[in-house]
Amino acid sequence: MSVMEHDNLLFQGADWDFGTIQRINDAVEKIGVGEMGLDVYPNQIEVITAEQMLDAYASIGMPLFYKHWSFGKRFALHESSYRQGLMGLAYEIVINSNPCISYIMEENTATMQTLVIAHAAFGHNHFFKNNYLFREWTDADGILDYLDFAKDYITRCEERYGHAAVERVLDAAHALMSHGVHRYPRKKRPDLRSEERREKERHLHQEQTFNDLWRTVPTKGAAAKPQLSDERRRALLELPQENLLYFLEKSAPRLQPWQREILRIVRQIAQYFYPQRQTKVMNEGCATYCHYRIMTRLHETGQISDGAFLEFLQSHTNVTRQPEFDDKHYGGINPYALGFGMMQDIERICTKPTDEDREWFPDIAGRGDAMAVLRDVWANYRDESFISQYLSPHLIRQWRMFHLVDDPDRPDLRIEAIHDERGYRRLRRSLSRHYDVGWSDPDIQVIDVDLAGDRRLILHHHVLNRTLLHKDDAQRVLQMVANLWGYAVVLKEVEPATGAIFQEHVAHPHETLF
Amino acid sequence: MYIIDRRLNPGGKSLANRQRFLRRAKAQIQRAVRQTAGDRDITDLERGGEVTIPADGVREPSFRRSGEGGVHDHVLPGNKRFVEGDTVDRPPGGGGGGSAGGDNGEGEDDFRFALTRDEFLDLFLDDLELPDLAKRRVATVETQGMRRAGYTVTGSPVNLALLRSMRNSLSRRIAMRRPKPQELLLLEEEIDRLEKAEGPSERLTALRQELEQLRLRTKRLPYIDPIDLRYRRFEPVSRPVAQAVMFCLMDVSGSMTEHMKDLAKRFYMLLYIFLTRRYKHVEIVFIRHTHEAKEVDEETFFNSPETGGTVVSSALREMQRIVEERYSPDSWNIYAAQASDGDNSPNDGSTSAALLRDVILPVCQYYAYLEVGSDSDRMQTGFINHKTSLWQTYETLQEQGANLAMRKVNHRREIYPVFRELFRRRDAEAGARVP
Repeated sequence: MSVMEHDNLLFQGADWDFGTIQRINDAVEKIGVGEMGLDVYPNQIEVITAEQMLDAYASIGMPLFYKHWSFGKRFALHESSYRQGLMGLAYEIVINSNPCISYIMEENTATMQTLVIAHAAFGHNHFFKNNYLFREWTDADGILDYLDFAKDYITRCEERYGHAAVERVLDAAHALMSHGVHRYPRKKRPDLRSEERREKERHLHQEQTFNDLWRTVPTKGAAAKPQLSDERRRALLELPQENLLYFLEKSAPRLQPWQREILRIVRQIAQYFYPQRQTKVMNEGCATYCHYRIMTRLHETGQISDGAFLEFLQSHTNVTRQPEFDDKHYGGINPYALGFGMMQDIERICTKPTDEDREWFPDIAGRGDAMAVLRDVWANYRDESFISQYLSPHLIRQWRMFHLVDDPDRPDLRIEAIHDERGYRRLRRSLSRHYDVGWSDPDIQVIDVDLAGDRRLILHHHVLNRTLLHKDDAQRVLQMVANLWGYAVVLKEVEPATGAIFQEHVAHPHETLF
Repeated sequence: MYIIDRRLNPGGKSLANRQRFLRRAKAQIQRAVRQTAGDRDITDLERGGEVTIPADGVREPSFRRSGEGGVHDHVLPGNKRFVEGDTVDRPPGGGGGGSAGGDNGEGEDDFRFALTRDEFLDLFLDDLELPDLAKRRVATVETQGMRRAGYTVTGSPVNLALLRSMRNSLSRRIAMRRPKPQELLLLEEEIDRLEKAEGPSERLTALRQELEQLRLRTKRLPYIDPIDLRYRRFEPVSRPVAQAVMFCLMDVSGSMTEHMKDLAKRFYMLLYIFLTRRYKHVEIVFIRHTHEAKEVDEETFFNSPETGGTVVSSALREMQRIVEERYSPDSWNIYAAQASDGDNSPNDGSTSAALLRDVILPVCQYYAYLEVGSDSDRMQTGFINHKTSLWQTYETLQEQGANLAMRKVNHRREIYPVFRELFRRRDAEAGARVP
């Protein structure tokens, strides 16, 4: 190794200090932003200890969060398995905020810190800033302030109304968290200025078309106010409504204002995390691809040593390992492996396409500039659409994927598709559906309620593939819904095609609770 | 980019969450703790440790699909020999091809986690209470102490409040217009200058006069006057005593077997842990007795064998002597626990009873008598109403209304329940008696 090369190294050995971190960050930024064209929020890197990492785990990775027993439970669980050595801690946690906060552990070696900075502070960061779901649904500038507000608000509620009362509301809200998100953007509420402008235009129009004759046209006397039609009543309550938390917050007749606010807080947080659930494969794929590219470049330019690069490769292959289905370590498809595999595959299609690729991906095959394609993909897709669009036959063959169907009416399991000409599209479709949150979460909607009558709330679960809800859990959650609603609640499990009802759960509120 | 070092930030951010969790699952954790305590050695009790509670109590339900019924499908990697249309036998247990049900990571198993020592003991001793603590505290268990209480104009020099005195002095000097040294100095210089320059003049005389007056004023108004002095004032205050002494009385005559001593030891240790939770300072006095009593150290108390008859009153007398010598009931909470197999020499019964009633019980917060039996008597006691001589003596005392707790224990697993029963919170007991 020449002296020149030696001088070029960012660090030697495993030790690091803040100067090292700064140098690493600058070098990574040069490659990430300069060569790959990543567009990131300003970075804030925070060094933490293992215990603080456990703390962060407990509160879903957020630096501040309101207090609830379930976080304590999670902490106890993680702590005991960590102490027994059953679980390693993540190398990093990254928060979708502006500036983008990445936690790095003090135990990491210098190589690992480089990897972590490339992965989190540039890969994830770029994804957060550019992906359409995050742009639509999350407010990176405001999230930390909002969490601060939420924490204070809930603390004040606890002081004022007692721990138990707040805990009951939070329990119920948490149980409904997966059904507390808007899946489609709603019409933007018009602001004052545009409203004024529209009012002025309307006025102008009326003036222009004014004709005094209209006044003289005889009209019928005002009719008696008609009974609201069922249709109209539902429309007024925005029914059917799949966002249960939103519906309860806005329409539950007996909730106190502070209880509504708590439901709102939980709903906002659920909404904030909603994009993350839908982009696991892409998010990790993007970050893994970035760190791989950046680390490789650092090594090529002699900024990290061969030893450090080997250390990186070892942990990289660990992360992107995909055990096969009959392996005893198999635990589902590894999002890191699938995401990284697909990103690399897209790069291959762009630069070295085969005839098959040209047929399947005419838009991008042979485009040459892989980064531009990838940036576009990262900005405009979520897992489901990404897989259904970009999972290539090449990768399906490489992974030797097959599709297994378990139909209780048949005596055995059936292989529906394998990695062959007939199976590619079917495999791709069914895999992408597994990543569709709207498909994997049970579809439960508020169908109707007669506020003028007995106020019984009617929910429907639109059963998919004849899979009913977990009975015990459903009954418990329904009880919580009933407590929030204040009147009886009925949940019907309905086959959407035929309207047949499989099962009905009923819950009545505990009068004493609220 | 910013780098922030958070390592020095205080940890334990989720402590509040943990407390909420413990409170939530309190009943289950407490049950688990009691169960663990039964299995453990007494010496281990002071440590925290792992407890297991059923996951059901801390379940977080949500609307989710059940794993059974309905059509499930999986896309799996690593096909080796399947072609389309193949069928595979359903694996036993229903789940799909290896991955079913893996989505919801939380199993239905028991939930296992570690408690710290303090949490463990808190839960372990939760609904126990020291008897008559409140009453005694008000009546006698108080000590005199001193407390700062403002300032006074008289006092000893050690208590002089310098800052306050100087402040008074300064304000007095300002109010009375005591000339400042600097003013005098300026005036003197002025006079000097005039003397050198002109010789006698009218102005010089006036200035000299003024200086004279100011000097006089300075003399009359002292820098510090007795009127300025302030002393720190203390007032006596009575404070409850947070110290306790625990008397362990044990019969070590030949009839006490190792097993019985072990039972007694366990009881004493529980009592000790319990007292240390409630009092800052706990002392233990070991008194063993045969036909005569002696104060010994712990090692001798439990281990060295002794032979002789059994005279309980000797131990009581020894205790009386020690209390008089070292532990004045005014400043100590006195607890006594006596362990014996129940033997007593026949002519000692009335002496013991009298001693206990007239001397010991009035000074004690609590007196527990633990009768230890051998493992094999367990069955007997159920059927035959066999009462030892000491038991009979104490029973009569109790009937006369003496504040005396007595229980019989045969097996180590009975120790903890008996202990709990003896120290159960009063209101809980009262509540139980009502129906």
